[in-house]
Amino acid sequence: MKEKLREVGAMFWGLFIVLKHMFRKPVTEKYPEEKRKLPERSRGRHYLTKWNDGLDRCVGCELCSIVCPSQAIYVKPAANDPEDPHSHGERYASDFQINMLRCIFCGYCEEACPTGALILGNEYELSGYNRESLIYTKEMLTEKVPGESGRDPNREI
Amino acid sequence: MHVETAIEVLIKGLVLILILFGAAAYMTFLERVLMARMQLRYGPNRVGPLGLLQPIADGIKLLCKERFQPVGAAVFTYWLAPGISLFIALFIFVVIPIGGTVEMWGRSVSLSISDVNAGILFFLAISSLAVYGVVLSGWSSNNRYSLLGGLRGTAQMISYEVPMGISLLTVALYAGTLNLQEIVDDQKQYWYVLVNPIGFIIYLITAFAETNRAPFDLPEAEQELTGGYHTEYGGMKFAIFFLAEYVNILAVSALAVTLFLGGWHGPWDIPVVWFLAKVACLVFLFMWVRATMPRFRYDQLMSFGWKVLVPLATLNLIITAYFILV
Repeated sequence: MKEKLREVGAMFWGLFIVLKHMFRKPVTEKYPEEKRKLPERSRGRHYLTKWNDGLDRCVGCELCSIVCPSQAIYVKPAANDPEDPHSHGERYASDFQINMLRCIFCGYCEEACPTGALILGNEYELSGYNRESLIYTKEMLTEKVPGESGRDPNREI
Repeated sequence: MHVETAIEVLIKGLVLILILFGAAAYMTFLERVLMARMQLRYGPNRVGPLGLLQPIADGIKLLCKERFQPVGAAVFTYWLAPGISLFIALFIFVVIPIGGTVEMWGRSVSLSISDVNAGILFFLAISSLAVYGVVLSGWSSNNRYSLLGGLRGTAQMISYEVPMGISLLTVALYAGTLNLQEIVDDQKQYWYVLVNPIGFIIYLITAFAETNRAPFDLPEAEQELTGGYHTEYGGMKFAIFFLAEYVNILAVSALAVTLFLGGWHGPWDIPVVWFLAKVACLVFLFMWVRATMPRFRYDQLMSFGWKVLVPLATLNLIITAYFILV
C-alpha cells in the first residue's frame, strides 16, 4: 500500500518536472535565421591557399588526390615557367577540381598536403541545384586574396 | 412560436459547431506547441506569425489528399465510422450549459442548445455510443492492426464507462437532479470538487480513457499498432477522426466543468468567460498529462479499471449516499 502511494506521488512529481521544463528556453537552434559558429577546426568546404606574394602554395604533387578515400580530387600538374611562375616549386596545378558530391570531409587531403595548400574551411552550406555546380574548379577553390580562408599566408606549412 | 424556437436552436447549433471545429483545429496547434515547449523544442512556428496559420495549412493539406480505401474493406462501414465518431462527439454538447440566459434581440436565449431534464443520463447514453466509431473503423478496414486497435478501444471504453457512471451518480446525489443547468445553479455556493474530490479524480481518469488520450491511448498506440483503428484512414477521413478526438476532449472537459467546477459561475458577471477559462485549464491538463505519462500496458489498464477505479467509485458513492441521506 505504501509502495503504491509512493508510485502515485512519483506520477505527480513527474507532472511537476514536465511543467518546470515548459519555462526553460528551448534548445532548438533556429537554423536559417540564427547560424551556429562552428569550432575553428571543423571541416567544411575546401580552400586552395596562396603565399603572401600571391603565388599558389600548391605544387601539383597529387598527394591529396592519392590519399583521397572517395577519389573526389582531380589534379592536373604542369611544369612551372621560370619567367612567370605560378608556385614556388617546379610544378603547379594547372587544373584542380574537387567533386563536392563525393567528398566525405575526412580531411586526409589537408593532412597529406606537403605545402599546406589545401585546407578545409568552416562553411557547411554547400547545396546546389545541379551536379555541375558542385564540382568545384580551381577558380572557385583558390582564395581571392591571400589569407581569405583564415590560414596565415606567411606560415611555412 | 415553434418555428421561432426551431430557428433559434438551429442557429445556436450552427454557431456551436463552427466554434467547436475552430477550437479543435487550434487545439491541435496548441498541443503541438505546448508539448514542444515541455520537451524543450519550439514546435510549429513557420506558417504565419508564430505559426498561427498551421492548422489552416494542415486542413488544406488533408482536404487535398487522395481518397483511398483498402482492398477488402467493408465500404459502407468504412466510410460511416469517422462520421459516427464526430457526430457523437458533437452531440454531447447539446446538453452542456455554456452560460445562463441572456437577452438577445428581444428574446431570452438560453446558452445551452437544449435544456434536457436528464442531462447526465443523456451524456452517458451518447458517450457510450462513441465506441462504435472506434470498433467499426477497426473492423471495416480489413487490417489486423486496425482490428486490434478497435478491440482494445471497445474493451477500454466499455470498462471505463462503469466508474465514470458511478462517479457521476455521486454528483446526481448531491444535486438531487439530473438537469445540468440546475446542477450548475446548485454550485453557486461551493464547487462539487470541494466536497467530492475522489469523484472528480475518478471522472478525470475515466475521461482520459474515454477520449483515448495518453496514458490510455491504447487503441491508437503508434509504437505497437501503427495508428490502431485509424491506420487505414487518410486525408479528410483521418482529419475527421482527429477532429472527433479533440471535440471529445472539449466535451468531457466541459462536462467536468459543469459537474464539478461550478460551470459558468464565478466572481463578477462574466459567465461564458468563466466557462471557457475553466475548460481551457482542463484542456491544458490533457496536454500536460500527454507530455508526461507513458502508456499503460493492456493488462495494467484492465486491472486498474476494474480493481481500483470501480471499487473506489462504488465506495465513494456509498459514503456520499450515507452523508446525504442520513
